[in-house]
Amino acid sequence: MKDILEQLEQRRADARLGGGQRRIDSQHKKGKLTARERIELLLDDGSFEEFDMFVAHRCTEFGMQEQRPPGDGVVTGWGTINGRQVYVFSQDFTVLGGSVSETHAAKICKIMDMAMQNGAPVIGINDSGGARIQEGVDSLAGYGEVFQRNIMASGVVPQISVIMGPCAGGAVYSPAMTDFIFMVKDSSYMFVTGPDVVKTVTNEQVTAEELGGASTHTRKSSVADGAFENDVEALAEVRRLVDFLPLNNKEKPPVRPFFDAPDRVESSLDTLIPDNPNMPYDMKELITKIADEGDFFEIQAEFAANMITGFIRLEGQTVGVVANQPLVLAGVLDIDSARKAARFVRFCDCFEIPILSLVDVPGFLPGTTQEYNGVIKHGAKLLFAYGEATVPKVTVITRKAYGGAYVVMSSKHLRGDFNYAWPTSEIAVMGAKGAVEILHRADLGDAEKTAAHTEHYEDRFANPFVAAERGFIDEVIQPRSTRRRVTRAFASLRNKRAQMPWKKHDNIPL
Amino acid sequence: MFKKILIANRGEIACRVIKTARKMGIKTVAVYSDADRNALHVKMADEAVHIGPPPANQSYIVIDKILQAIKDTGAEAVHPGYGFLSENPKFAEALEAAGVAFIGPPKGAIEAMGDKITSKKIAQEADVSTVPGYMGLIEDADEAVKISNQIGYPVMIKASAGGGGKGMRIAWDDQEAREGFQSSKNEAANSFGDDRIFIEKFVTQPRHIEIQVLCDGHGNAIYLNERECSIQRRNQKVVEEAPSPFLDEATRKAMGDQSTALAKAVGYTSAGTVEFIVDGDRNFYFLEMNTRLQVEHPVTELITGVDLVEQMIRVAAGEPLSISQDDVGIHGWAIENRLYAEDPYRNFLPSIGRLTRYRPPSEVAAGPMLSEGTWQGEAPTGDTAVRNDTGVYEGGEISMFYDPMIAKLCTWGPDRASAIEAMRNALDGFEVEGIGHNLPFVAAVMDHPKFISGDMTTAFIAEEYPDGFEGVELPAETLQRVAAAAAAMTRVAEIRRTRISGRMDNHTRVVGGQSVVTLQGATFPVSIAADPEGSDVSFEDGTVLRVESDWLPGQSLARLNVGGNPMALKVDKITHGYRIRFRGADMKVHVRSPRQAELAALMPEKLPPDTSKMLLCPMPGLIVKVDVEVGDEVQEGQALCTVEAMKMENILRAEKKAIVSKINAGAGDSLAVDEVIMEFE
Repeated sequence: MKDILEQLEQRRADARLGGGQRRIDSQHKKGKLTARERIELLLDDGSFEEFDMFVAHRCTEFGMQEQRPPGDGVVTGWGTINGRQVYVFSQDFTVLGGSVSETHAAKICKIMDMAMQNGAPVIGINDSGGARIQEGVDSLAGYGEVFQRNIMASGVVPQISVIMGPCAGGAVYSPAMTDFIFMVKDSSYMFVTGPDVVKTVTNEQVTAEELGGASTHTRKSSVADGAFENDVEALAEVRRLVDFLPLNNKEKPPVRPFFDAPDRVESSLDTLIPDNPNMPYDMKELITKIADEGDFFEIQAEFAANMITGFIRLEGQTVGVVANQPLVLAGVLDIDSARKAARFVRFCDCFEIPILSLVDVPGFLPGTTQEYNGVIKHGAKLLFAYGEATVPKVTVITRKAYGGAYVVMSSKHLRGDFNYAWPTSEIAVMGAKGAVEILHRADLGDAEKTAAHTEHYEDRFANPFVAAERGFIDEVIQPRSTRRRVTRAFASLRNKRAQMPWKKHDNIPL
Repeated sequence: MFKKILIANRGEIACRVIKTARKMGIKTVAVYSDADRNALHVKMADEAVHIGPPPANQSYIVIDKILQAIKDTGAEAVHPGYGFLSENPKFAEALEAAGVAFIGPPKGAIEAMGDKITSKKIAQEADVSTVPGYMGLIEDADEAVKISNQIGYPVMIKASAGGGGKGMRIAWDDQEAREGFQSSKNEAANSFGDDRIFIEKFVTQPRHIEIQVLCDGHGNAIYLNERECSIQRRNQKVVEEAPSPFLDEATRKAMGDQSTALAKAVGYTSAGTVEFIVDGDRNFYFLEMNTRLQVEHPVTELITGVDLVEQMIRVAAGEPLSISQDDVGIHGWAIENRLYAEDPYRNFLPSIGRLTRYRPPSEVAAGPMLSEGTWQGEAPTGDTAVRNDTGVYEGGEISMFYDPMIAKLCTWGPDRASAIEAMRNALDGFEVEGIGHNLPFVAAVMDHPKFISGDMTTAFIAEEYPDGFEGVELPAETLQRVAAAAAAMTRVAEIRRTRISGRMDNHTRVVGGQSVVTLQGATFPVSIAADPEGSDVSFEDGTVLRVESDWLPGQSLARLNVGGNPMALKVDKITHGYRIRFRGADMKVHVRSPRQAELAALMPEKLPPDTSKMLLCPMPGLIVKVDVEVGDEVQEGQALCTVEAMKMENILRAEKKAIVSKINAGAGDSLAVDEVIMEFE
């Protein structure tokens, strides 16, 4: 009996060693942690419960029967993050390069099925050389099974991908369908085809880092939602993100004790808007001054910075923030910012996270680049996302809200629950200069008349009161009391029920 | 007594004057430019008059606009503060003509002392010891070089109308004399509208010590001891104190007597300051007389209990001095630190912008200011005093148009050591965010052995921080205290995280008592035993530090008691720890479980990107000129281009020999911080 117990421990020890000490050292030399070390950092101490430690592949091609390492290149199971359940898989690059086999995929599918059944998020740590070529189509079938589960789980439980090594070819499409992708700078890359193929096909010379490194995906492609300096930081920040997310689509976002008075007055916000309407200011100051304890988890910080997206807490409960950033391109709406915000809004709506929109938008960016690339459809994504969202929606217009962009940014007309405006708001079809040029074309040559028309227009429209007269703005509020007003608004919406007509699903302009 | 006075100034000094006027029951009128529409002095005054666009030469120094404001408001007297019109005889003359009292000296005294060349002659005639130099005006750079050689290097090139470090350069050789002459002249023309320049011997090993005088219109002149202002950067005072740790009673009396003699020689009334340069043997030389209230006047008030602004107002109203020389004593010690919006990590370049956070330490009253009724605040009393003269508030703006001073933080203690300690604590509790500022730097000075011993010269900053300021390395014992604090704070924050909703029943996370704290290259494995009042943090060397605090996660200022020592840390959350600022140190403090620490140690150290082959724009500013072309080989120290920011011309120089490969900006370009101006091969 004792022997058998010892035998189990021996088998476990072998499995835990993955590809062996030499490969572990090599992984460390690359600045990377092992699959199990990553899980240790991700989960609460001692909370990991492993599945399928002894799973081995069944392939007999190319001599594969000679090497059947336990676990088959991926560590799977569940554990807790601050006591809340999550499912996790972590690919083990030290075991057959973390390559995906039929059984490797089956392990991932198993925990995804359990996550769906038990309503807990899935966190995937990707570090894999790709498909296990020796298995042929079995490996591809494995990918397909994972993809299908990503799709089924989408909008049911949060899915987070952390790319901590190579992720190439078909493998990229599993993370691509998850809610968030995070990368590690300098040690991770993602691409559909690698630099060698690129060179052969298109003659382009490009390094893996340039083609699919963290900087490429956080700044250019927007595939990734954030990048971190190293594995340790990345996993700590994923834990921080999980603290903001509900476990599944039937649960409310989490609440935790907070140490920040909901009625905290920030008199400095009274001077946030510069005297000169063309001067920028940093919308992040408003976000952090509204947020509990100034804590803001930003999503896609480096992409389309004219729009800010991320999570804060109010009275300890998660709120998604979408805000125009006047510091970048005057906060204009364009293809990238609309896509970024639309995806974020839809994530929040999936998981019952209330949305706070902070608006200072001069309109849509004009130009051939925008039109040729389909700003009409991309802009419509954000409009659509806001309009279909049934979560509590609170909007604060701080300054400009012009034209179609006014409507898009969670206006009353898109079922905004609370639409507040600061006294500095200008809610109009367009700015004074443009409007006067159209309305008083005949007087354009006359500087004095034009000035008078401009002044009249500004008096009439460069304020929130016309909109407030219509009830499109529920209340004009003091900047200093924004936190209190917004917090109370969300508090009043905790039992909000809004319906969509029955449909199979909508047809958002993708 | 006047019923209403106008303050022809802005910022902290306008606020300072308003406080005393209020105490005296006098109504106040503020003036403001477009840039100061929301300024603190405007809010504090009983009335405020708009006087034009932001540039001072279109608002604050336009005499007619001030006169109009006086007329419109019926003010009976004007306090000019410092700078702007305070030493402009034409202004005093205009007020006299308008029948309005000038809260300052008579026009003749301003004229006599305002011109540095004339003032030196008068001083010599009054038997005041003076520095050798060339008194005439200098026509061009060639003449400047010639005269500099006659006096002997090093020389000081100064704008005749200058002050506050503007239009002032030290030259050690012909080339610097030439360049210095030109930039002084330009700055003087821009700042004062008067580009006259003079040159004098630059005294080495000098200390800057000045005498505060106070005179009435009845022939009484007294001195209120000295202030030492040796801690200067580019002739801009940074730290001042009263008394000076260097003077003996005999020297103090000699300087005081010469100062009052000079004041009498020019028929001086009101408060004034006679500046001296004092060498290592306590020889002192007259530098100049400032015919106005000095920026650093609070330290004198703190040790004498005399409200100088009140005295100025009373003298202007014709009252005789109510105090005699014998009434003036030295009670305790006072220190002033000037907080400037200048980034010490970027060679003190101006950093303008919005104060996203501004939380000064609480003011505390103590010492002479209590007994003499000088105190204008409603602060509680204590053993040491904290006084903060400021003109800004959270959400306010440090404007590019004016002096980048944020506040004058002063402390008083019964002796120098306690005043310094009070200052350290006040600085620790002073939160300023949104702009770069010199708070960490002055905090470092407060802990500098040479400052503590009082062994300093005006070259202190240049000598002690030759390569600029890179933050403070804390002593081991202090690091340990910070580590204990961070470990205890992290424990509180982590426990809160485990209280989130949606946990699995009976499977909640337990926060461990073992941590590894890393900061400034040191690693401290610690264990924490917590009880309801605090926690005991045990170190491997056997040290146990008790940490007690009411700090809660999210608070940016943590007040703690660590091992019996109170400390205030500025904390910002970072991954696995906090950025902590304390005593001039700015550090990333990581607090991890032993296993996290073990794995974190495996992470590669990443070096910041190489910008050594680029010239980055060190501040937001305007390129005035580019001195080199692509292909030029430049030598170390060669001027590459000139950037103007906040009216100061900054010459950017080559750090080493290099060939210019690319130039990205030209004269007239406005650049942001860290924009690449040029690149080198």
